[in-house]
Amino acid sequence: MKAGALIRLSWLAALALTVAPAAAATIEVTIDKLVFSPATVDAKIGDTIEWVNKDVIAHTATVKGGWEVMIAPKKSASLTLKAAGAVNYFCRFHPNMKGRLVVAP
Amino acid sequence: MFTRYTTGLAALLFVSAAPFAQAADKPTDPQIAHIAYTAGVLDVEAAKLAIKTSKNKEVVAFAKDMERDHEAVNKQALDLVKKLKVKPEDNATSQALSKAAEEERAKLAKLKGAAFDKAYIENEVAYHKQVNGALETLLIPSASNAELKSLLETGLKIFQGHEQHAEHVAGMLK
Ligand SMILES: [Cu+2]
Repeated sequence: MKAGALIRLSWLAALALTVAPAAAATIEVTIDKLVFSPATVDAKIGDTIEWVNKDVIAHTATVKGGWEVMIAPKKSASLTLKAAGAVNYFCRFHPNMKGRLVVAP
Repeated sequence: MFTRYTTGLAALLFVSAAPFAQAADKPTDPQIAHIAYTAGVLDVEAAKLAIKTSKNKEVVAFAKDMERDHEAVNKQALDLVKKLKVKPEDNATSQALSKAAEEERAKLAKLKGAAFDKAYIENEVAYHKQVNGALETLLIPSASNAELKSLLETGLKIFQGHEQHAEHVAGMLK
């Protein structure tokens, strides 16, 4: 490889590094055997949480007095985070399932 | 007065029936599969009665959740026994469970409105408690096939969720 190409490549890499943190991310939360994993997610406003339900039964991600996402069996559902702060959520059908989102501004 | 009487009766019924207490000390896998499947079918039947009878939005929604979950779990159970080539075997525990549920349904069928809702939900709490207790102390420890054991363990988590859900609905009816 020529030196010029190498320099251009490293410049691109540096650009990618500086740009990446500002872009919104999609964070996957798996549901398997009634467990949200990871149980706690650190995210920021604009990120999307995608719940992937591996169980044969439907679940929800519900915030008391707030939002609710319905997650059909063997399907995924997502939510884009619009507010900062920490919220606890649970499954309305199986309240023994609990998760937490910590959303940075 | 009337509701207190029916609640007392329900408690009495559960204590006297106590199907699991009379179970053989260690059921076999074919018997465990039959018991678990029967317990699910019975809750689906109770749910169908509630969907038909209740006018309470929360109670009907809860019953639909029960119908959907128990049917899904029972389908898993059927798929598993087919795969394992196990033939579910009728037994005294399944029969006692069915008999107690039949009596409960006959009792519920005579009730209407708030009295029905209360009796149904209280029975759901008691029923899930009873089935969960049996899963924890008898059925899961007795299961010898690893896949059957794992299905029962997931079932237990689901039904513990139902128990909490039922308790929540019971709290709203008060
Ligand atoms: Cu759930």
